Amino acid sequence: MTTVQGTGTAALSVDGPILVAEHVTMRFGGLTAVDSVSFRVMPGEIVGLIGPNGAGKTTFFNCLTGLYLPTSGRVVFNGQVLPPKPRKVVQAGMARTFQNIRLFSNMTALENVMVGRYCRTSAGPFTSIIRGPKFRREERETRERAQQLLDFVGLGHTTDSLARNLPYGDQRRLEIARALATDPKLVLLDEPTAGMNPQETRQAEELIFKIRDQGLAVVVIEHDMRFIFNLCDRVLCLVQGKALIEGTPAEVQSDPRVIEAYIGTGPDDAAALESELEEGQPDA
Amino acid sequence: MINIRRLVTPELQQRYNRQGRILGLVGGVLLIIAPFLPWAYSSDALDNMTVLGYPSPLQFFGLALGVIISAFLVLQQALTQRQKKRVRVGWVPGAKAAATGALIYIALILLSIAAELGGLVNIVYGGWIALVGALLAFIGTRLIPAGRTPTLAAATAPAPLEILAIAVMMAAALFAAAFALNHDDAGSFVTFIAFVGAVVAVMIRSGVMGWLSAVSQRYRKVLIFSAFVVAFMFPFTQGGSDANMSIATQVMIFAATAMGLNIVVGLAGLLDLGYIAFLGAGAFVAAILSRSAFSTVGFHPPFIVVVLISGTVAATLGLIIGSPTLRVSGDYLAIVTLAFGEIFRISMNNLDGTDGPLLTRGSNGIPAIPDLVLFGFNFAQRHELLGIPLGRFSNYYFLLLLVLGLIILVFTRLNNSRIGRGWVAIREDEKAAEAMGVNVFGLKLFAFAGGAFLAGVAGSVKAHQDISVTPDQYVFLESAFLLAAIVLGGMGTVLGVLVGATLLKLMPEKLRFVNEYRLLIFGLLLVLMMRFRPEGLIPNQRRQLEFHEEDEELAERISEEIAETGTVKGAT
Repeated sequence: MTTVQGTGTAALSVDGPILVAEHVTMRFGGLTAVDSVSFRVMPGEIVGLIGPNGAGKTTFFNCLTGLYLPTSGRVVFNGQVLPPKPRKVVQAGMARTFQNIRLFSNMTALENVMVGRYCRTSAGPFTSIIRGPKFRREERETRERAQQLLDFVGLGHTTDSLARNLPYGDQRRLEIARALATDPKLVLLDEPTAGMNPQETRQAEELIFKIRDQGLAVVVIEHDMRFIFNLCDRVLCLVQGKALIEGTPAEVQSDPRVIEAYIGTGPDDAAALESELEEGQPDA
Repeated sequence: MINIRRLVTPELQQRYNRQGRILGLVGGVLLIIAPFLPWAYSSDALDNMTVLGYPSPLQFFGLALGVIISAFLVLQQALTQRQKKRVRVGWVPGAKAAATGALIYIALILLSIAAELGGLVNIVYGGWIALVGALLAFIGTRLIPAGRTPTLAAATAPAPLEILAIAVMMAAALFAAAFALNHDDAGSFVTFIAFVGAVVAVMIRSGVMGWLSAVSQRYRKVLIFSAFVVAFMFPFTQGGSDANMSIATQVMIFAATAMGLNIVVGLAGLLDLGYIAFLGAGAFVAAILSRSAFSTVGFHPPFIVVVLISGTVAATLGLIIGSPTLRVSGDYLAIVTLAFGEIFRISMNNLDGTDGPLLTRGSNGIPAIPDLVLFGFNFAQRHELLGIPLGRFSNYYFLLLLVLGLIILVFTRLNNSRIGRGWVAIREDEKAAEAMGVNVFGLKLFAFAGGAFLAGVAGSVKAHQDISVTPDQYVFLESAFLLAAIVLGGMGTVLGVLVGATLLKLMPEKLRFVNEYRLLIFGLLLVLMMRFRPEGLIPNQRRQLEFHEEDEELAERISEEIAETGTVKGAT
């Protein structure tokens, strides 16, 4: 069992952790949404981020991806301090999905993924107007790569479907494909199985393993405990903006403080949750 | 229409199907006969409708509608006996559209005669027969069941035939444009527009239009080429007359400017209410740098250089306005551009040597701008080509055609590129686009400044064509009309915006009553459009989807079309 408070030193070499967050604090007025959270992700690792509603998980995500500028603390990605701009963060190699799906709903599945290629392509206005060989090659490569990614997430048949016509589970997978199109080193998934049935959840799990097998690091926010404990190498539990515990799924699962944070202090409640966690049921 | 559909129930149609056919045929035949009879007592109304046995052009169009009604009804009877046909033509829906069109057309002609000659008494028996024919055809066709929807769009013909169809369509468009412009009185113009509307309706209803648009998709290059040939040939139909060519060049400038604004509004989704200022900036730069005696600087580079300077100055203004405002979201841009348009006009008024430095000569502007001379070609002179005289305005028309073609090229190519995808993503969800690595601010600024550049280029030609440049040519109202043209035609499309710009510029020129009440009419038109067809006359599919977020059926239909053609129809 390792609590986070001690681990603050950042090794800035590329072989070390891909992402290091040091004492990240985010305050909105008087409210401290994220309170001095430190955190690191190694390449090829799947890390889970759990915590009760309002624990600051998504806020922490937004700090990592440049949507928010942390009030204090810093985020080092791949040996560089992250610029506070989502676009630059993507450029550096960190891509994300959204808790509430934010696809470009009136574009086709393929076009959605092609937008993800934007930051890795460079055709400017003049090449686009003149249509030189470079432009045509780049456009063809973009299209081919996007189709590959659609096949990768299992949406190869939906190329020309409008995103808004896709079923819910497919939309979540399309969002992942779009994120992967930016050639990331680290993917942050915000509740990738929300609203999915058990079968779709299992598919999502396989997909995340497949992504990891490509050598990418993955950070997942989830409420589905069975999903998280099956999937992750390490789990960080946030409670009221503070890092409560970080460790292997087994360690986190059995920690009384996690149970307390989710359910309360009553001994009956704790027993109830303990059994629930052991059975791997999703929490409320 | 809805009321008629409710009135004539399917049961009624089943019962009176036969009678309906006979009535329709009788009406059609009456419409064929009537044009050979005199319609009016005096030849002063419309074209000469007093002659027995020799139809005037407008009467002839009535005859054409009669032929369509009769032929469609006969063909439907003759052809649907053989049920095995793969392709279904909408004979009955076509006949219905033709009959409705004929009724409106004949009614408009009779009203025009009455209005121009002073009362219904001036209508001769032939006119009444035509009206009765149209009425019978209308009632008759309404009583026939419509049958199944046409599937003509799926048909394919041999390549030469399809290309010929495109050529015929283009030739018809050229003829229609020339005919409409050559009729100066409001009555002829309006009735002719009604005829064109009727023919288009017949084509849509019978499925011909669907087939033509499918053919156009297959032969895009042919379509684009023939469209330019037709546009190029237009001055040759005018016989050297400058009256219509002057209007045509104004339409061209308006269309070119609207296409530029279309990049800003239609593609990038930025509301620019001061776009005319960029046109004005280009025009003033060109005027000041021209060899006019009233030019205020001593630097007179050749026109090619002036064009680039005009564009650059306009683009720089765009950058200055855009870079602070495009960072904030929401409607700030609209307010700032609105203010910028006014600031521009007032500044130009004040750069007169007393309130500010002498640059634009204030409200007098810069007159006596000489005509262009490009590569030894003097735009002021009349030229003869193939024995057809081409006046000064024709020269400018050709130049503007080039400019317009260039702007359309920029528009479509940008639309179908990485940059175009970025713009769509920004329109859809700005936050998500930014989070996916799209340079939101950069792309917006590029659209804004690029649009300004194109307006500046158009303005530099406009300065020479107008001969004088004054600040009051570039008022807010003009920006509003540009926007109206885009909204009316269809945001983000080429054809739609061209149609919108032509309608909006041509109507006030040709119809005096429209010119007097043009604000009222266009205002009403826009309100109606927003209520019934917010995506414009010829919609961009993506825009159509954006305007109908709830419409699942539409999304399904468009999805199928995309799967068939492999692209989202937008740029055409």
